[in-house]
This record gives sequence, structure tokens and C-alpha cells, in this order.
Amino acid sequence: MNWDWQIFWDSFPRLLDGLVIALQATVIGYLIALVLGLVFALLRRSRLVWISAPVGLVVEFIRSTPLLVQLFFLFYVLPQFDVHLSTLMTGAIGLGVHYATYISEVYRAGIDGVPQGQWEAAKALNLPARRTWTSVILPQAIPRSAPALGNYVIAMFKDTPQLIVITLPEMLTTAQGIGSETFRYPEPITVAGILYLATALVMSWIARIFERRFGTVRAA
Amino acid sequence: MTEPSAAAAGSPGEKATSDDGFIVFDQISKRFGKNVVLDDLSFSVGSGERVTLIGPSGSGKTTILRMLMTLTKPDSGRIRVGEDYLYHEQRNGELVSAGEQHIRKVRGRITMVFQQYNLFPNMRVLRNVTEAPVHVLGRSQDEAEERAKELLDMVGLGDKLRAYPSQLSGGQQQRVAIARALAMDPDILLLDEVTSALDPELAAEVLDVLRDVALSSDITMLCVTHAMKFARDVSHRVLMFDQGRIIEAAPPAEMFDDPKQERTRTFLESVLDET
Ligand SMILES: Nc1ncnc2c1ncn2[C@@H]1O[C@H](COP(=O)(O)OP(=O)(O)OP(=O)(O)O)[C@@H](O)[C@H]1O
Ligand SMILES: [Mg+2]
Repeated sequence: MNWDWQIFWDSFPRLLDGLVIALQATVIGYLIALVLGLVFALLRRSRLVWISAPVGLVVEFIRSTPLLVQLFFLFYVLPQFDVHLSTLMTGAIGLGVHYATYISEVYRAGIDGVPQGQWEAAKALNLPARRTWTSVILPQAIPRSAPALGNYVIAMFKDTPQLIVITLPEMLTTAQGIGSETFRYPEPITVAGILYLATALVMSWIARIFERRFGTVRAA
Repeated sequence: MTEPSAAAAGSPGEKATSDDGFIVFDQISKRFGKNVVLDDLSFSVGSGERVTLIGPSGSGKTTILRMLMTLTKPDSGRIRVGEDYLYHEQRNGELVSAGEQHIRKVRGRITMVFQQYNLFPNMRVLRNVTEAPVHVLGRSQDEAEERAKELLDMVGLGDKLRAYPSQLSGGQQQRVAIARALAMDPDILLLDEVTSALDPELAAEVLDVLRDVALSSDITMLCVTHAMKFARDVSHRVLMFDQGRIIEAAPPAEMFDDPKQERTRTFLESVLDET
């Protein structure tokens, strides 16, 4: 097998640019997922069926259809409604909404893990529902969810190559571009693979630090 | 069975309270599935009265306290607290199922201390005690902290303000829970086996605190406990429950020294055996 080290090394700078874009999409997407996931989780717990049922339906729908299809949908359908977003924002929103459905389940498990006695104590003190959520339940539920939440950042990052379908110049798109210019694919794809691996390792290391730092709930 | 009499005798050296119908259970029924826990139960408690509920496991004592705390809803019947029904409100001259606002208003007069303490583990001791006064009673932070410190001093934990609950012993946690409840200035305090999870020594500390609270305030107390000495010291009246009904009601001295019902006698013997 022939291997061109020149192209291998030359691929790095452009792929690093692609990596930065992939990371931007991941960070923005993840923030969207964290917030929207919480909104989904809370709305699904609503006692009002006309809120919880439709939200549940939407969440299940998004979760059980492929991300790829959702990206296509956003990319081609939003402009029809005169919504014009950059490809980065389109990609971030696609990732964010899709992952929000997973993350809402993580929050849900975290919320269910808060002992019943905490709700009862809040009631015995007559705390209003909103205050019970913000000062008692969520501060206990979210740290419980932290480990699983960390895993989803990495999963989301590993889904960024799918953004190739909306032409976002992330790493895979860039590697393919280099390939079509130089007619050599193994080298840029290998570099992309190395960069994906290195980034994922760094991310899981950071996630573990976060988990250790914020993931502990003081046991009752 | 006749309804237990209203009169409550005061413990020695204390003003006697009389049953002015401050808390009234009126034909309350509750079942869980096929298990009928309370069947048409009626009784009342006077304002300032301290009542101890005793009875075998499963006789419905916790259920009664939980109904007052609005943690368990009765299937039928009414509960009145002062002028208001707990689960019903007057609307256009009719008594209808109460809305959240009404329930919150009545619930505001009541608070409860639980067997498992249920402190908020994410908050330090001081904030456990100030959280509700600030966000429910609308107290200022300073005011709430000052009062919280007084109460924590009173329960002997003035030096633990910045500790987290997990750093405290069970007895200390329960004393924080008592301070937290008292910070709400309740008219009615519900205590459900608050020392059952504690070793005897720690239980004694908690009971000492509660005895002081009881004898120095006019809070109406409903207390479920197996600590008979404590019940004798603080309560005006003891209600003996069996299968969701009150089978005997008497001042503690009479109940413990000279129970009228055979069932009460055997129950008391069994409790004495355990302790
Ligand atoms: N949430 C519930 N679901 C089903 N059954 C329940 C529930 N809560 C209570 N019960 C049942 O109701 C009955 C009365 O329970 P309750 O807790 O009031 O008894 P108790 O007198 O407090 O007993 P103990 O001394 O053991 O605390 C029991 O048979 C119990 O199993
Ligand atoms: Mg009980």
C-alpha cells in the first residue's frame, strides 16, 4: 500500500479548522440539549395532560427518527419557512434538539431518584411548586444526572460527521474535500480519525473531572 | 363504640386545654386498594392540645398525620382546621373541592417532622431552616437567619450552622428538622415517630428538645410515638388506635396505668417489652 506522508502532514491544519467547527457545533448543540432537555423533562411531568401528552409524543418522535433525517429536514425545510440560519447554527440546533430527547430521559431518571421524602418535606414547609423545583429537587437531581450527561457530550461530538449532509465544513467534510482535491483519501481520513480519537479522549477526561467535582450529592 | 370524649386533662401543674374543635376529622375514610385503613373516623383536637396517637402497626396513625399535612387525601369525609376545611372551600355558598391556593393557605398553619428527618441535603443547616421562612413567609434574609440561629441554639446546634446534613448524626439532623419546622411558626406540629430511626441516646436528646418545645409553647401537637415516658410528660390526651378506629381515649396517666380496653392493655405490654 502506498502512503503519502506529505499529504498526511499537510492535512492537519485544515482538519484542525474542521475540528474547531465540529467543537463549536458540539458546544452550542450541547447547551441547547441541556436546556431543552430540562424543559422536555419538566413538561413531560406536568400534571396537565394537554401539556405532558403532546410533549411526550414529540420527544418520542424525535428520539426514534434518525438524526440524519432531522438534519436534512432542518437544512431544506426551514428556508422554505423563511428561516435562514448559518449551517453551523442549523447543525447545532439539529444536534441539540435530537440530544435533548436523550438528555430529558437522563434528567427524568435524576428527578425520579430524589427521595419522596424531599417532596414531602417541601410540602410540610409549604414551599411553592416552583421553589420546590429550583431549590430542592433540581439541585439534587442534576448532580445525579452528571455522569450520564457527560457521556452525551462525547456521543454528540461523535455524531458531528453527520453534519456533512448539511455541508458544514467540519472534519469529515474537510477530509472529503482534501480527498477530492488530491485524489488521496486514506491520509486525510486517517488524520481525521486520529483527531476524533484524541478529542474524545480529552473530552472523557474532562467529563470525569466534572463528574468528580459536581456529580456528588451529599447523601441524606 | 361511643365517640371519645372531648375533654382533655392537663398534665400536672399545667393549664388544662379543652377541646374547642380546632382540628376536626369528620367521617374520614381512606382505603388503599382493598385495604380499608380508616373507616368513618371522627375525632377532634383542641387548640393548644397535645395528643399522642398510639396503636399497633398499620392501624392508620401515619395516615392521619399525612392527611393533615395534605400528603394523603381522604377518600371521603371532611377535615376542618380552625375556620377552614382542609380539602374543601366555600364557593357561592357551596362546599366544593378546594383549589391549590386554599389548600396552601390552610397548610401554612401546619407542619410536620418526619421519621427520616428529610432535611434538604443540598443545603447547609442554616439554609435548611431559613429557606421556607424566606420563600413562604416572606421574611427578610436577616430576619430569617436571626430566628434560625435562635432556634438552632435552642436545639443545641448553634455551632453547626454551616454544616451539611450529611455531616451530622441522626439525632442532630432530627433536631435541625425540629428547628426547621418551628421556624415556620406553625399552629399545628405533627410528629411521626421522630425518634424511631435513632439509637436510644440520640433519641433521648431529641425528646428532651421536644419536651421543652411542647411545654413552653401553645402549639397544637399530634404525635405518634412509642416513647411512652415522653407521651406521658407532654400529652394531654392519648388516643389508642386499632384497625383505623379509636378504641380508647384518655389522659396519659389513665391510659398507661389503667387502660380500660383489653386490646390497649396487650398493646402497651408489647411496647414495653420492646423498650
Ligand atoms: N401509600 C400506601 N399505599 C398502600 N398502602 C398504604 C400506603 N400507606 C399506608 N398504607 C397502608 O395503610 C395502613 C395504615 O398505614 P399507616 O402507615 O397509617 O399505619 P401506622 O399506624 O402508621 O403504622 P406504623 O406503626 O407501622 O407506622 C397499612 O396497612 C399500610 O400498609
Ligand atoms: Mg406510621
